[in-house]
Amino acid sequence: MKKLSWFNLTTLTLGFAFLYIPMIVLIVYSFNGGRLVTVWAGFSTKWYGTLFHNEAFLDAAWVTIRVAVATATLATILGTLAGYVLVRGGRFWGRTLFSGMAYAPLVMPDVILGLSLLLLFKVMFGSMGMTTIILAHTTFAMCYVSVVVSSRLLSFDKSLEEAASDLGATPFDTFMSVTLPIIFPAVLSGWLLAFTLSLDDLVIASFVTGPGATTLPIKIYSAVRLGVSPEINALSTIMIGIVTVGVLTASLLNKRKVVQRLKDEKAAN
Amino acid sequence: MNLRRLIVIGIPFTWLLLFFLVPFVIVIKISLSDPAIAIPPYSPTLELSGGLAGLKAFFSQLDFENFTFLTLDPLYYTAYLSSLKIASISTLLTLAVAFPMAYGMARAPEEWRATLMMLVILPFWTSFLIRVYSWMGILGKEGFLNMILLWLGIIDEPLTILNTNTAVYIGIVYTYLPFMILPIYSTLEKLDLSLIEAAEDLGCTRTSAFWLVTVPLSVPGVVAGCFLVFIPALGEFVIPSLLGGSDTLMIGKVLWEEFFSNRDWPVASAVAVILLAILIIPIILFQRNQQKQLEGDQ
Repeated sequence: MKKLSWFNLTTLTLGFAFLYIPMIVLIVYSFNGGRLVTVWAGFSTKWYGTLFHNEAFLDAAWVTIRVAVATATLATILGTLAGYVLVRGGRFWGRTLFSGMAYAPLVMPDVILGLSLLLLFKVMFGSMGMTTIILAHTTFAMCYVSVVVSSRLLSFDKSLEEAASDLGATPFDTFMSVTLPIIFPAVLSGWLLAFTLSLDDLVIASFVTGPGATTLPIKIYSAVRLGVSPEINALSTIMIGIVTVGVLTASLLNKRKVVQRLKDEKAAN
Repeated sequence: MNLRRLIVIGIPFTWLLLFFLVPFVIVIKISLSDPAIAIPPYSPTLELSGGLAGLKAFFSQLDFENFTFLTLDPLYYTAYLSSLKIASISTLLTLAVAFPMAYGMARAPEEWRATLMMLVILPFWTSFLIRVYSWMGILGKEGFLNMILLWLGIIDEPLTILNTNTAVYIGIVYTYLPFMILPIYSTLEKLDLSLIEAAEDLGCTRTSAFWLVTVPLSVPGVVAGCFLVFIPALGEFVIPSLLGGSDTLMIGKVLWEEFFSNRDWPVASAVAVILLAILIIPIILFQRNQQKQLEGDQ
């Protein structure tokens, strides 16, 4: 096994320090006792206390979670269909338009998506609220799901599906009993991706929100626009903590699966 | 075409038509309208009850006034130019930081790679807004960075970094770094090491082997990474709004203010139409690059 050269070791250390120091500083300062963010006034968890008594934040968190669950579920269904159509759909009228529309939202600036959806919703519904945020989030999140699902569909053996239909399964049965179980990990990570994207979005939600539908990012943005706030540090620490636990669990599970597979392969040989 | 196939294709297709394409048509239409003190705040509005004559009257009221306005007021074209400048410079800076990191990752012992990969992906799952916000506490006048530098005696008085373009560059490089590292890493990881050995056997020095073999072979990843940073950075709103100053002009921020502060929907729409027109070329180039890579893999 070759060891890393000094040069590579240094760049990696500096690079990861750059990526992680801001978050570490944020976490450390969330335990600062004083209101002044820069002066260390002793260890304290009081900002977590004030955070949990702040009704506005709790409400916003609850709205955000409901929006994210609804978005992730809708986007997963639509995105899986879209990914399936892109890979297995064959030729149909408007295919180029369809694939263009399925990829474009990935790179479209949020301000444009937000503005255009708001103008549509004004014509369609007149008023805004949680529903319009869910519809807007679903539209861009489904495109991410479709990319994840279609790359999985591209990489698996098509003959499995052909075998099922040769044995008399209808296309629907084939999809449910062969295709879906195989692409399921991709569908699941699509759901998680859509959930995170919805949880994270400030710009689009700001355009299409309405009374009573303030999401957490909107709340955070209006709190930090004027400067650093210890409560937001505490809130950020909680959010970073949840994500870290999630990602670590997922990668550990994945590692275990890989190790198991390597063992199986060895045993088979 | 049977019914089931029609449904499977029809549902996502209709959704995208309704919530992606139709909104753009509306944006283009409103960019040609005039602002009005009404709800909604623009005129004319389309009245389908007017029949063909109403439709004619509607189209006759549309004009390019807003676009003329955008070319007359220097605020807008300076904002477009300065967005292009900020997006290009930060893309190059991101590349300068990401390439050595991706290179180091690809050369790392195999058992480290999964962990390093996870360390790159973790920030990507963390809230974008929070990652931008974390720099406010570091770059401020009384922030962490100034505190350290003063303590070390490197500077005598605090540097002004927050609310300048420098802070915007740092913010973009920081938040988009994973998007640059991942595609470069994936091309470097696939790179056949025997090619470099061959180059060295044939008399290349290490450095020239790097420039003659590694760099050319990593071009597809570099190009993909640059597009993934440049395109969203051009329309960025959160970073210039939180880290930039009042003199940081970026088109995403101008559009936001035009819409939320000035309530001028037609001008905001015209700004969006032009931004889209600027982005069309890089978006098409990006999709071509992805297509080429896909075909190359097969």
